[in-house]
Amino acid sequence: MLRRDSTRRLAVAGVVLLAASGCGYLSGEGGAGGGGDASGIDCSPYEQWEDIGGSVSLYSSIRDEEAERMDRSWADFEACTGIDIKHEGSGEFEAQLPIRLEGGNAPDLALIPQPGLLERVVSDGHAVPVSDGVKANVEEGWGEDWRSYATIDGELYGSPYGANMKSMVWYSPTYFSENGHEVPETWDDMVALSDEIAESGTKPWCVGFESGDGTGWPGTDWIENALLRTGGTETYNQWVSHEIPFDDPKVAEAFDLADGIVRNPDYVNGTFGDMESIAITSFQEAGLPLLDGGCAMYLMGSFYSAQFGEDVEVGEDGDVYGFVLPPLEAGAEVPVMGGGEFAVPFADRPEVAAVHEYLSTPEYANSRASEGAWVSANQNMDTSVIEDPASQFAAEVLLAEDTVFHFDASDSMPASVGTDAFWTGMIDWVTGSSTDEVLEAIESAWP
Amino acid sequence: MEFSFLNELPKIVWMLIGIAVFLAVIGLLLVLVDLPRTRRDRWQAFLFLAPALLLLLGGIVYPGVRTTLLSFYDRSGETFVGLDNYLWMFERPEILQVLFNTLLWVLFAPLLSTAIGLVYSVLVDRSRFEPIAKSLVFMPMAISFVGASIIWRFVFAYRPADQEQYGLFNQIVVWLGGEPRLWLLEQPINTFLLILVLIWVQAGFAMVVLSAAIKAIPADMVEAARIDGAGPFNLFFRITLPTVWPTLLVVFITITVQTLKVFDIVRTMTGGNYGTSVIANEMYSQAFQQGQTGQGSALAVFLFVLVIPLVVVQIRRMRKARELA
Repeated sequence: MLRRDSTRRLAVAGVVLLAASGCGYLSGEGGAGGGGDASGIDCSPYEQWEDIGGSVSLYSSIRDEEAERMDRSWADFEACTGIDIKHEGSGEFEAQLPIRLEGGNAPDLALIPQPGLLERVVSDGHAVPVSDGVKANVEEGWGEDWRSYATIDGELYGSPYGANMKSMVWYSPTYFSENGHEVPETWDDMVALSDEIAESGTKPWCVGFESGDGTGWPGTDWIENALLRTGGTETYNQWVSHEIPFDDPKVAEAFDLADGIVRNPDYVNGTFGDMESIAITSFQEAGLPLLDGGCAMYLMGSFYSAQFGEDVEVGEDGDVYGFVLPPLEAGAEVPVMGGGEFAVPFADRPEVAAVHEYLSTPEYANSRASEGAWVSANQNMDTSVIEDPASQFAAEVLLAEDTVFHFDASDSMPASVGTDAFWTGMIDWVTGSSTDEVLEAIESAWP
Repeated sequence: MEFSFLNELPKIVWMLIGIAVFLAVIGLLLVLVDLPRTRRDRWQAFLFLAPALLLLLGGIVYPGVRTTLLSFYDRSGETFVGLDNYLWMFERPEILQVLFNTLLWVLFAPLLSTAIGLVYSVLVDRSRFEPIAKSLVFMPMAISFVGASIIWRFVFAYRPADQEQYGLFNQIVVWLGGEPRLWLLEQPINTFLLILVLIWVQAGFAMVVLSAAIKAIPADMVEAARIDGAGPFNLFFRITLPTVWPTLLVVFITITVQTLKVFDIVRTMTGGNYGTSVIANEMYSQAFQQGQTGQGSALAVFLFVLVIPLVVVQIRRMRKARELA
């Protein structure tokens, strides 16, 4: 009995002691958080945000090396303003963000890569409109095309962050010059070139739709690019907002255009097998045969340069480079399709507004771009700071005066179409379903 | 940011507080249990059950009730839609396929794993190589479903006929003079190939449990049967099978529940594409990737309803066994 009593007393004493010492720690700021040493940094660009302090949580799908580059890109800002930016990247961002929002665990800022998801978090009442400072920056830096994706009911809810260009055809300049091929100027040229290459016994195109639980999305890029060429901006926008049904004849026309390449047994699928192999070839490995002449062309976003090894030279005279998917007729407007993230605030504390404001400045775009492998569509960005040729190419196209940017349609459609039915439709399309069947199935999934 | 012990201290303090609170609760329980003996048994039972009850309430009952409620609402969880989500489930052809695939899984996976486990354990029983033979089949149990799926993805990998195969399956096909095929694309073979992965992992479990049951058969019973002239066939069907029957059922039901909930294999091998999705995978995809909370919840409730009878059977059997003991 005595033994047990003394144990009990000891336990109680221990609890009290621990609680007391713990509270002391927890009530304080705890450890050395926040900025860092500001000496040796020119703080003049950050003057307007000085003396705010605090910490801001930023949630995104960006991880690993990209995340480290991000951390470096705002290090000076943190050091000068004393605001601590806590970035967290998640591989399940799209699924986790709504869960966090509904669970009352909202981040201060999130980098949302889909206008569809942005609209969803706004209509569910989680996002707050951007501050006036951000609004001014966005109006100065981005065109109407970009702004419209973050504007809901006349209110701006986010600022564009990074951008990528998905109307890009990767090719090997070495292979092209060795075989006397030229970069095609029109769609027909491209088809003629494909025929020529096919005759020489090489499959001209590499295509791969596999991407884990996102399998099918590279296919949507083909259709979107084709529709921009056959139907133009207006049809494209009507299609995205479902003013015309998914199985409209105009959309079928775009499928037919893409069909001429993606489902042409003479054209696909460089070293991977026949048409059906498209469904199980991952988009990451699909473009690699370009390097050894296994295929000649590969439609994939500007971000694909990350897939090539260190020893591969990306450049106009290098091992691989890109050209913009040509228009149907020579000299016609070249429509550009792509994606990007939007920084969306979920809190209006001054430090959150300060960070958001900084992220929407051209100064930040330059800082981030100089870290490499990143492009912004901010018109005031200095493209000379970009070192990597693929990003440089993407930036030139995105920032060109006459470029009308179209956001990736599947990212703007309702999730049950844009991240499900459209994707599975593309898989079915390359594994034997007819265009009509696919169109009908996707249309019937529209909520 | 680098790991700094000082920065992490508050977390560690929180953890210690957590442990201390846990100990305090246990201590409090011990104290209360020691109180004067008025209706002591009931109090004791209640106090010991309380933590488990609390966890059950918070971890199962509350989410269960909420999921059921959500299954009657639209994706925002605000507008009541009645049975729409359930009708949707039985109307959409792709969801019907998901239900059909789940049926295929439930029909084949538990039956085959249990059968293979049983036959194998009978065959190797008391043979010279028993320990090695058993560990060979049991080893896959140590691999997670995700790990196993990645291994099997390589087994089914495809390269065109004019190239070297790296997938074992297609290499064998080529050796036998056939053309390599896109195994994971071909419906409905692909679902069976995924089922194979589950069998590969679960047969070991069935084998070990059943082998133990076979070893527990009294030797005199087997001997008596032998003396009466029973051959191996009769021995298996008249002695072994009836004796291990209760164990067999437990194994069968356990694997069936596992099969109904299968998620990792489908997600890793095909991502639910190519017509291989099952209820658990579709539920996740609907609720979390597409934000269709209502439809996802309806699938979850449906899955729950399918599992309940199995659990009830299991509990009944356990109770019966206890009464007999």
